[in-house]
Amino acid sequence: MDLDRQQVDKLAKLANAVRRRDLQMIYNAKLGHIGGDLSATDILVALYFAVLHVDPRTPNLPDRDRFILSKGHCAGALYTTLAHAGFFPLEELDTFVQPLSRLNGHPDRNKVPGVETNTGPLGHGLPVAVGSALASRLTEAMWRVFVLTGDGELQEGSNWEAAMSAAHFQLDNLVVIVDRNRLQQGDLTERTMHLDPLADKWRAFGWSVQEVDGHDHAQLLDVFSRVPFESGKPTCIIANTHKGKGVSFMQDKAAWHHKVPNSEEFAAALKELEEVAL
Amino acid sequence: MSELYDCRDSFEDTLRELAAQDKRIVAVVNDSVGSSKLTQFGKEFPNRLINVGIAEQNMIGVGAGLANGGLIPFVSGAAPFLTGRALEQIKADVAYSNTNVKLCGMSSGMAYGELGPTHHSIEDMAWLRAIANMTVIVPADPVETRQAVEVAASTIGPMFLRISRLPVPVVHDDNYRFEIGKAARLRDGNDITLIANGVLVAQALEAAELLAARGIQARVLNMSTARPLDKEAVLAAASETGGIVTAEEHTIFGGLGSAVAEVVVTNKPVPMRILGVPGVFAPTGSASWLLQYFHLTAQGIYEAALELAEVKV
Repeated sequence: MDLDRQQVDKLAKLANAVRRRDLQMIYNAKLGHIGGDLSATDILVALYFAVLHVDPRTPNLPDRDRFILSKGHCAGALYTTLAHAGFFPLEELDTFVQPLSRLNGHPDRNKVPGVETNTGPLGHGLPVAVGSALASRLTEAMWRVFVLTGDGELQEGSNWEAAMSAAHFQLDNLVVIVDRNRLQQGDLTERTMHLDPLADKWRAFGWSVQEVDGHDHAQLLDVFSRVPFESGKPTCIIANTHKGKGVSFMQDKAAWHHKVPNSEEFAAALKELEEVAL
Repeated sequence: MSELYDCRDSFEDTLRELAAQDKRIVAVVNDSVGSSKLTQFGKEFPNRLINVGIAEQNMIGVGAGLANGGLIPFVSGAAPFLTGRALEQIKADVAYSNTNVKLCGMSSGMAYGELGPTHHSIEDMAWLRAIANMTVIVPADPVETRQAVEVAASTIGPMFLRISRLPVPVVHDDNYRFEIGKAARLRDGNDITLIANGVLVAQALEAAELLAARGIQARVLNMSTARPLDKEAVLAAASETGGIVTAEEHTIFGGLGSAVAEVVVTNKPVPMRILGVPGVFAPTGSASWLLQYFHLTAQGIYEAALELAEVKV
């Protein structure tokens, strides 16, 4: 139990460091999607530091677990996590969206080590993940596929084509994590286009579903340790999260989808995160 | 009358032979097992025929994911739906991600005749040719289809194969070697050049016979790779013959004629005639009737070439 506690503390500290670095990066670049980044950070950190079998020194190892960021606009959180995990130097984050940088506003697998597929348009990650999971099974390999989707992007029909097929093919080596922050670019998801009852929808499509607090590392570690929940069924983890998590004035505000903080806001946000880190 | 073939048969035979040798080859379909002629493939390799149902966006993504896992997916479906329904997946998951996915657009052009413009695929060459990293191949006969499938399997990268179901004669001999980006000169001539691909190649050859009877020696190029285009062959045709007629079973907006014109007009301007579907949705009619209607026949090519011969450089 102590070990678990230590690991949870370690992940929380790392997530805080990733949040601060991401905030700095977006502030410097004057571009990014801070709201969704902060919502997804705890999930990304849990995956890269405690769950995924990946090796930053050999990112293309055939037997690696695959992670796909379907909500590609949260590249900032992914890059910052990848850099902390050692996929590329932390200093390179300073080049984010600068001319000729590898770090585009959306991830490019041909440039950034650790990226599996190019995302940006929504509803692309899950179909690719289904193909990857099929490949793992066809080649009798053991690697698993994890895909992080936004909740708003579940309005794209392609997700449900993929959801149907994952259950049909009984892909219990596939895990989708829904970053359920209940906000999309302009408004609440439920005011824009209803997603609830979301867990029931996934269940109806043949998935085994559990909900967790997507900012609670103990819950995240526990749920990831139990996948697949059911043999022969793909796994859906609905991670209840807050857009802008960790910065009080950003939290749960649609306006911070891709707003860039001014210097006062940046200082205030950093101060909040630093206080938590102490 | 020479024997006529359905290129899909050659596609399927070749894919099965390759799959028997290489376990990485898989087929992905959108319920189109029969129309992609993959029934036998499914019998021989039941685990390697992945049917995602009627869901083209998922189909392309699944293809990209299979490639990510080291397999060589041949993603096959009726060309209008494979391309049009999933164009963004083709752009992002296949081309931009630069994955080793082979897209096989079956029954392209106006092969579904009477079923109407929803089922015609006369925009696919333009759409796919506009996307970076894509290789676009339009085989003319079963010999070339076989070799194109073999090359697709052994060449890493995104590729689109446009496979017709219309009956075509064999236009290549046994010595033919298909190469990506290389036009095949099927007939020599220095008076004018006819450039075609797909089902129009045989018509261009027949048109050249008609022209020869009028004393005009036409060069005939099979431009089976629409991207990357064989610029050298186009420039040689412009320089050496002074006039080019293109013919394609496709809209004239953005297809083979446009590709040839882009090269000609920026390097060696010569008069051209571009034969294809002139920017309209086809009226009701069978495939062969529609080809006649749009003058996409040996006679149509012959008449355009005669007219061009009057004004050429």
